[in-house]
Amino acid sequence: MDVTSAFGAALSLIFNLDPQFLQIVGLSLRVTLTAVLLAALIGLPLGALLAVTRFPGRSVIIVLVNGLMGLPPVVAGLIVFLLLSRSGPLGSLGWLFTPTAMVIAQTLLVLPIIIALTRGTIEDLWSEYREHLTSLGLTGWRAVPTLLWDGRFALATGLLAGFGRASAEVGAVLIVGGNIAAYTRTMTTSIALETSKGDLPLALGLGLVLITLTVAINAAAYGASRIGARFAG
Amino acid sequence: MRDNASILPLDVEGLRFEAGGKTLLDGVSFSLPKGGVTAVIGPNGAGKSLTLRICHKLIMPSAGRVRWAAEPGRKRHAMVFQRPVMLRRSVIANLRHALVAYGTPDPATRAQTALARFGLLALAERPARLLSGGEQQRLAIARAWALEPELMFLDEPSSQLDPGATRQIEEIIRGLAAEGMTILMTTHDLGQARRLSQRVLFLNKGRLVEDAETTRFFAEPSSSEARAFLAGDLLW
Repeated sequence: MDVTSAFGAALSLIFNLDPQFLQIVGLSLRVTLTAVLLAALIGLPLGALLAVTRFPGRSVIIVLVNGLMGLPPVVAGLIVFLLLSRSGPLGSLGWLFTPTAMVIAQTLLVLPIIIALTRGTIEDLWSEYREHLTSLGLTGWRAVPTLLWDGRFALATGLLAGFGRASAEVGAVLIVGGNIAAYTRTMTTSIALETSKGDLPLALGLGLVLITLTVAINAAAYGASRIGARFAG
Repeated sequence: MRDNASILPLDVEGLRFEAGGKTLLDGVSFSLPKGGVTAVIGPNGAGKSLTLRICHKLIMPSAGRVRWAAEPGRKRHAMVFQRPVMLRRSVIANLRHALVAYGTPDPATRAQTALARFGLLALAERPARLLSGGEQQRLAIARAWALEPELMFLDEPSSQLDPGATRQIEEIIRGLAAEGMTILMTTHDLGQARRLSQRVLFLNKGRLVEDAETTRFFAEPSSSEARAFLAGDLLW
């Protein structure tokens, strides 16, 4: 099949709302959004706390977290695989090759990004707010809710960056999900598989959806920073 | 009730502050009774802002004591900074945030009262950071006032403002003092110290050189340092 007709077939998959196609897109979004949500729940407070507290070993943690931002997805996949494999410490849970395992692996990938970006954002905000908040008795963890709220637009950009990384990665979900049709097959793992099989329409269609998502994420990030600027002055 | 006991007089004894091998404050002692405006003046780096920050418990002194006549559960002194810190929220939300943090009862009503008292009602929903410098300073003072402090620390309250806004802020300070609020403020504007204060604390190189009635200080300063300062020789 040549590329032009493959492109046409891809569009028809999208616009005819092909069930298999929708299932793949739906699973991908569900896994990635859950991972980003979990990483945000853990990473936002942790990153903010890291920004407002001083303790021995803090620099080591910051360097480590920054380094983990570049954690290769296959390595994250491998770590979760080892944890969840039958002989691993969490093997009894039976989560390997399930969407749950994929969520865990992607959470691991997104978490360092959210912690690092939150720390940076909140540290700047804290240096500006410190005296006022200290004057009000809001120090340490008690300053965190104020800082997270006031940094919300900048932090949204961090969450979107995390979403971008998770939705684009293929290595981690492939290793811990197993790319099982109609169960753990995501957009990225399908594209890898269908391209090697020569089924270009499905791969192209999913590719188009992924690109659209990426553009939409960037538009949202830009919008968030614009709205933020209105409040920040 | 113990909570109603006045926190004043404030007794500051032998404050000393060192940082990076330098002594920034050395043996500063004074007592601040209830009422009136006291101006802390002196050249740059004399330790004016530092003294206020230590009194307001933002910074721990290296030595010396800050003693209040009473220590109620809720802090009853507030501070307005040279560059007002405006949260990225609306004017009214800035007030509410401070009130909730202080544990003031009925923050919503109190915030409205503060808006009305300082002529900010029309600006209530505006993002605080988009206000003019004078409006921001007014909001910062309103926010501190809303916390019902007995003593307000003002750090260079008009150093960033144009003459019109400065006059407005001075009017506000006079009004607060007339209502019985005790004010300890730093200023590098000698005219302002003369216009507003009844008492002057003159600091130089971290030491309290003179503690005098304002009129007497400006008419006949007793130290050569103060004379040089008033003559415009900045004592570096």
